[in-house]
Amino acid sequence: MLSLVIVFLFIPLFVVVFFSFNSVKGMQWESASLIWYKTLIYESPSLWAAFRNSLIIALTSSISATVLGSLAAIGIKWYRFKGRSYITTVSYLPMVLPEVIIGISMLIFFSAVKIRLGLFTIFVAHTTFNLPFVFMLVSARLDEFDYSTLEAARDLGANERQTLLKVIIPSIIPAVLSGFLMCITMSLEDFVITFFVSGPGSGTLPLYVYSMIRYGVSPVINALTFVMILGTMLIAFFFRKFLKTVAASS
Amino acid sequence: MKRILKPRERERLLGTLYSAPMGLWFTLFFTIPISIIILYSFLKRGLYGGVEWEFSLSAYQQMFNPSFAKVLLRTVWISVISTLLCLLIALPCGYAMAKSKHQTFLLFLIIIPFWTNSLIRIYAWVSILSSEGFLNSLLKNLGLIDQSLALIYNNQAVIVVLIYMYLPFAILPLFTTIDKFDFALLDAARDLGATKLESIIKVMIPNIKSGVSTAFIFTFIPIFGAYTVPLLVGGKDSTMIGNIIVDQVSKTRNWPLASAFSMVLTLISLIGVFWMLYSGKRELHQKKSNQQALEQNIKLHHSQRGKR
Repeated sequence: MLSLVIVFLFIPLFVVVFFSFNSVKGMQWESASLIWYKTLIYESPSLWAAFRNSLIIALTSSISATVLGSLAAIGIKWYRFKGRSYITTVSYLPMVLPEVIIGISMLIFFSAVKIRLGLFTIFVAHTTFNLPFVFMLVSARLDEFDYSTLEAARDLGANERQTLLKVIIPSIIPAVLSGFLMCITMSLEDFVITFFVSGPGSGTLPLYVYSMIRYGVSPVINALTFVMILGTMLIAFFFRKFLKTVAASS
Repeated sequence: MKRILKPRERERLLGTLYSAPMGLWFTLFFTIPISIIILYSFLKRGLYGGVEWEFSLSAYQQMFNPSFAKVLLRTVWISVISTLLCLLIALPCGYAMAKSKHQTFLLFLIIIPFWTNSLIRIYAWVSILSSEGFLNSLLKNLGLIDQSLALIYNNQAVIVVLIYMYLPFAILPLFTTIDKFDFALLDAARDLGATKLESIIKVMIPNIKSGVSTAFIFTFIPIFGAYTVPLLVGGKDSTMIGNIIVDQVSKTRNWPLASAFSMVLTLISLIGVFWMLYSGKRELHQKKSNQQALEQNIKLHHSQRGKR
């Protein structure tokens, strides 16, 4: 059963990758050729512009989500204060609500406060849907953290800044990093939410792919698929130590 | 002047310092937008898009319009069928993965397609199923058909692609819980005379309930709110609630109606989530009470032995 499912999961991707080496358009095999890769690399400036937007958004939103989410996880785990349960609940919801809801609510919000749609609004949206994952991964790591280490550090005279920099951060860094990588993947992947909050000229790669699909099957997308699968494999390879944590959190 | 804070004050201050940025972010970009949607769903539609500030239930009344009601019903049955099929396929997979010695490699294999861009994956299916697509040309080349089959732009295509897209969402949580399951219990059941199937149904399933409910929720909610799959592989008669919401916002510009539909989606998702959390808690509770019962039995046993 499992092997059947894995075949099922890969077959569509294999078909697309296979036909990316076809010399003609369409799903009738003619002869092997790299022509679509050439088109992809040299003759698709708008695709690369979209990819650049995707990268900018992925990096900025992942950094902000990682910083905000990790700090909040530390605060929630170790301190009692007003609004604690509000933050925990609210940090859980964006992860479970359908993407369409997040997208629509942001679109309506941005137009209500008259913020022009563009890279900034995409950045905000991506940070918002990335935050819960960082928060959850780091919280899970903190649950395993031995609190007495913290007390020891304080007993030995470390102040808050020193405990944070020298004790807490080094021990949660694997979770922070895996959170960061997960944000990057999710941000590069997202279509639905970005679709709502993007403005003219700020389209990301998935939006570009979408506009191409609407014109029908294109061999350039076949070539792009192969490149993207290779990229995904690379990220998953970096992730290999955390795959189980990721499986548990998704 | 440096003021020394009392421990309680210090704790409050530090906790707030650490968590306030995220709290503010979510308030501004999640809580407020969602509240606006709730508010808009009770307002009147503006003439040129937007809303008029007048209380009205017309958005909710419009939802009972037969054409919308049909879409709602369709969304429900498509989601239920796809989710159940996902779970049925995912259970044996999760089991096999938990039993396997190559867990990381298998996870890798499940996660690669899962992380590949969702549009690319839908596109792959379009290029397989469309009338000039891979499957049709393959069948033609084999001489099995003369005319292209209508494989795409119908509800079946939507269900197949939805299963394809969300299967990993079901496999991963099931794998995680089955992985934690104590397989010695199955051997024990077999020793006590249960068949393999019986031992799985009566011993393993009750023990992995939380995984099943997580898998159910994590597949059902995104499928219920699906937008791209019905749009790109569905036909005229396979629109789902997600498509209505988007159309109401971008084409018809009826924001109150879009908000009302969003409320329905949100409420159903929330009910699902709370049900999941509740069943998780109950299971924990049950485990505790089982433990207590066991301890009591042991105590009883000891005291009886003492009497003898």
